[in-house]
Amino acid sequence: MRARTLVLLVGVALALGGTSRLAAQDATLLNVSYDPTRELYQEVNAAFAEQWRAKTGKAVTIQQSHGGSGKQARAVLDGLEADVVTLALAYDVDAIAQGGLVAPGWQEKLPQNSCPYTSTIVFLVRHGNPKGLKDWGDLVKPGVSVITPNPKTSGGARWNYLAAWAWALRQPGGSDATAKAFVTQLFKNVPVLDTGARGSTNTFVQRGIGDVLLAWENEAFLAVKELGPEKVEIVVPSFSILAEPPVAVVDKVVDKKRTRAVAQAYLEFLYSAEGQAIAAKHYYRPRDKAALAKAPVRFPDLRLVTIDDTFGGWANAQKTHFADGGTFDQIYR
Amino acid sequence: MIRFQKRHSVLPGFGLTLGFSLFYLCLVVLIPLAALALKAASFGWEAIWHATTAPRALASYRLTFGASLAAALVNAAFGLVVAWVLVRYRFPGRRVIDALVDLPFALPTAVAGIALTSLYAETGWLGRPLASLGLKVAFTPIGVGVALTFIGLPFVVRTLQPVLEALDPEVEEAAASLGANRLDAVLRVVLPAIAPAWLTGTALAFARALGEYGSVVFISGNMPMKTEIAPLVIMTKLEQYDYAGATAIAVTLLVVSFLLLGAINLLQAWSARRGALE
Repeated sequence: MRARTLVLLVGVALALGGTSRLAAQDATLLNVSYDPTRELYQEVNAAFAEQWRAKTGKAVTIQQSHGGSGKQARAVLDGLEADVVTLALAYDVDAIAQGGLVAPGWQEKLPQNSCPYTSTIVFLVRHGNPKGLKDWGDLVKPGVSVITPNPKTSGGARWNYLAAWAWALRQPGGSDATAKAFVTQLFKNVPVLDTGARGSTNTFVQRGIGDVLLAWENEAFLAVKELGPEKVEIVVPSFSILAEPPVAVVDKVVDKKRTRAVAQAYLEFLYSAEGQAIAAKHYYRPRDKAALAKAPVRFPDLRLVTIDDTFGGWANAQKTHFADGGTFDQIYR
Repeated sequence: MIRFQKRHSVLPGFGLTLGFSLFYLCLVVLIPLAALALKAASFGWEAIWHATTAPRALASYRLTFGASLAAALVNAAFGLVVAWVLVRYRFPGRRVIDALVDLPFALPTAVAGIALTSLYAETGWLGRPLASLGLKVAFTPIGVGVALTFIGLPFVVRTLQPVLEALDPEVEEAAASLGANRLDAVLRVVLPAIAPAWLTGTALAFARALGEYGSVVFISGNMPMKTEIAPLVIMTKLEQYDYAGATAIAVTLLVVSFLLLGAINLLQAWSARRGALE
């Protein structure tokens, strides 16, 4: 009996020693992200792990989790131990901050509003642009069918909605009333509201429904690359919104797991020349001018408004437009 | 009460198995449901009432309950035919068809939804001819019904099959020899015997349809007030971190389903009693 206890103790000691040695050397990070960043972060993770090993001699494994942005934020709130979150809109990170997992003021902790790369909303149309759609104003013409996901369930779709609203606001004589009339008209032309961005892409591409898909620029580039320019093409409107997908360290988790240093370095890597080049390769607009110049595709110049200057931040935009009884609900009254 | 006394029990282990059943039911069913009710209670009645009776919520209940009921009735009719064919006749390929019935159980609902949408969209194999007849299926309430019918079919067939198998054809022969024609034999001998199982299967298909989300969101088009199912409204609320509203609608669905299932159970008990009397 005593011998057995001894063996057990030795075993426990060995196991503990083993894990603590492992912990000193290797780290595992969980990056909880939204849907279309899967390929981007696969490449980022490999590059960062290599750089981290070269710099510190330690190995780091990064796991990624993808899903709708809001769903992912709720998973983190409910206890999914994300070291970092890289979501589609700041509103979702704000929700995590309100749950006490991310310290307030998170958006000032990293450069550029905590958004290392950006995108915008463009139109994807069928080859040859048979309906001759050029700008937002063309989308409300009778007989034009517009595909966009539901802004109530898709973070990406909220950017679409706000881009349309901002365009109408900037037209001569534009006001909240004319903007509302415009988006109401626009959504009258939407036959299907999928719950997520990839669902809408399917509706447009696979089912052949609709004349134009409102899409993130990176998704539009990807669609052209995968389907070929003989099937779909991109139309850049005169004016759109700067889509800023934010990144943040989840303070409570990294303090518990003692991974703050590597988590912080991971996010800072996104701002490095190498990180920026990878973002550009996956059709996100890099913040860095040099990376922008070397990007494999030319990002068109267009006037971009931000959520802060036109809508007074996400909290306001959410309350006015997407909360129950907001402008979006009023369209379907 | 005598059968509850230990020394009269023929089978041993009553206490143990009952204890285990209660524990299991609590763990898997009652505790989550109690948590839901508790969560709802913590929001205050006004907020719950407001969320429950909003026009969009009401429209979604109409669609969810209406389409689920329609799907359950379709399944009741065709499920009976399928079960009858599978039990009463021997033909090549019977086992294959029998296995196919379980497919909606096994298939991930999202896959079913995408496949049905591809078929019934106006560009799809079935959608195109139907559209030329003026019938749009995908992205209308009919599409919702189609998806719910698909997922509900096995419930009716699988509950009816064993009962039909146990039903001796000699009973029908006896009815025939006593002068009943074929229709009489089916209506007065076969139907009363299978009615309780038939109702159970239909109720199961109905209950399954009420909560279905994965397959429906693809084919419904999700237009507010028109083709938005109640589970989608719950998801919508969660997406806004409106836990109160989501819980309120969930509780409403739960209570209504509970009442409906209770009513169906009563109906079933009544039909079983009537069957026994005859």
